[in-house]
Amino acid sequence: MVDFGGWDMPVQYSGIIEEHNAVRRAVGLFDVSHMGEIEVRGPEALAAVNYVSTNAADRLTTGQAQYSGLLYDHGGFVDDILVHKVADDHYFICVNASNQEKDYDHIRAMNRWDADVQFASDRYAQLAVQGPKALATLQKLTAVDLAGIRYYHFTDGEVAGTAARIARTGYTGEDGFEIYIAPGEAPRIWGELLEAGREFGIRPCGLGARNTLRLEAKMALYGHEIDATITPLEADLSWIVKFDKGDFAGRDALLAQKQKGVTRRLAGFEMTGRGIARDGYEVWVDGAPAGWVTSGGPSPTLGKNIGLCYLPVDRAQPGLAIQIIIRNQPVEAVTVPTPFYKRSK
Amino acid sequence: MSYPTDLKYTREHEWVRANGASGVVGITDHAQKELGDIVYVDLPKVGAKVEKGKTMGSVESVKAVSDVYAPVSGEVTEVNDALANAPEKLNQDPHGGGWLVKIALSAPDELSDLLSAEDYQKYTGEE
Repeated sequence: MVDFGGWDMPVQYSGIIEEHNAVRRAVGLFDVSHMGEIEVRGPEALAAVNYVSTNAADRLTTGQAQYSGLLYDHGGFVDDILVHKVADDHYFICVNASNQEKDYDHIRAMNRWDADVQFASDRYAQLAVQGPKALATLQKLTAVDLAGIRYYHFTDGEVAGTAARIARTGYTGEDGFEIYIAPGEAPRIWGELLEAGREFGIRPCGLGARNTLRLEAKMALYGHEIDATITPLEADLSWIVKFDKGDFAGRDALLAQKQKGVTRRLAGFEMTGRGIARDGYEVWVDGAPAGWVTSGGPSPTLGKNIGLCYLPVDRAQPGLAIQIIIRNQPVEAVTVPTPFYKRSK
Repeated sequence: MSYPTDLKYTREHEWVRANGASGVVGITDHAQKELGDIVYVDLPKVGAKVEKGKTMGSVESVKAVSDVYAPVSGEVTEVNDALANAPEKLNQDPHGGGWLVKIALSAPDELSDLLSAEDYQKYTGEE
């Protein structure tokens, strides 16, 4: 068990590769109750949410979820978030564990409206059921027609007799569901899900597999690909920035950066030499330091050593030779298209 | 797993199987369990001089890099090349097929500083 922002969390249960493969081939279960929740309510909830986030919250329909950014005025990330529209006057935001207090303070400070912003992390436990057999597993425990929930949509219903928000979202690159339930019910639901998934070979999964899965799918991790010094335009997340929706926190800074031109961008790479790139390693191009690795490690699905790094924007396209400095030795790598892994639909 | 009594162990979780003035070196079952799936092994070359307690290589699991310290001083005479393509041997057979290097001991007396199987087991708290 490792201490993760005050939570005791397992890095692995049966082994990272076995857990990783279970999610890609069948189904895995993650306890992600450390994730934070913030609820914004009231007639002006949308105005507040749309201003603090980069994506177009005003285009969400009830029962839809959206990946978005919470930015400082200077354009760097406070956090990356999932915004769920529960009702016209009720938005439910899932945030990173280690950022939750900061996010809450940030949203309250930016709330020039009369929106009611509530810190709700204590009210929810979160379990993620992920993989091609996630639907069949969860369906055994609920009357909700799961196939009827589209990707990045959610519905409120019951799972094993307890109230649950069931969202077809995830952080693995596979189909799957994230369910939000009362914390007291979590141990029982965890056990029932493991039982329901037994015939498919379900595995409980820890933080280690969560990281290898999200890296293959090129999903950002706060503190690695994104932080207060990185903007969405640099992080290859322009798609969550909707300049045309009106004013939002960070908009001016992003517009200025866009006009001036982004100087660095996130790129994917594969090791061609022997070695594994890790977070923080230096990246060299043409014999000189050019960037740094944000995440790196073996890809169990591809059988290669992969990573993400920041590079000068003219060097961030696929097919270029780069060197990763591993224990003071340059090791060859090549930039590649991302995501590294995309599931077939 | 029980720890073989013909091995000597370090508190940094390496082992040595000494035979006269030569010793086979590896990492312990406890170490491989703590590391999890091992995916990469970085070892010294044949002829390299290693010094007791100093880094002689590294093993990487999916999650992290860990240094391997030389349990004894000497010169590397053989390297387990099979690990380059099959690092999982370290998980499967840490005290046998997952050996790392053979060392010609330059100071065989150092062996007396190492732990017995029983003491190592107590040290790691394993039954």
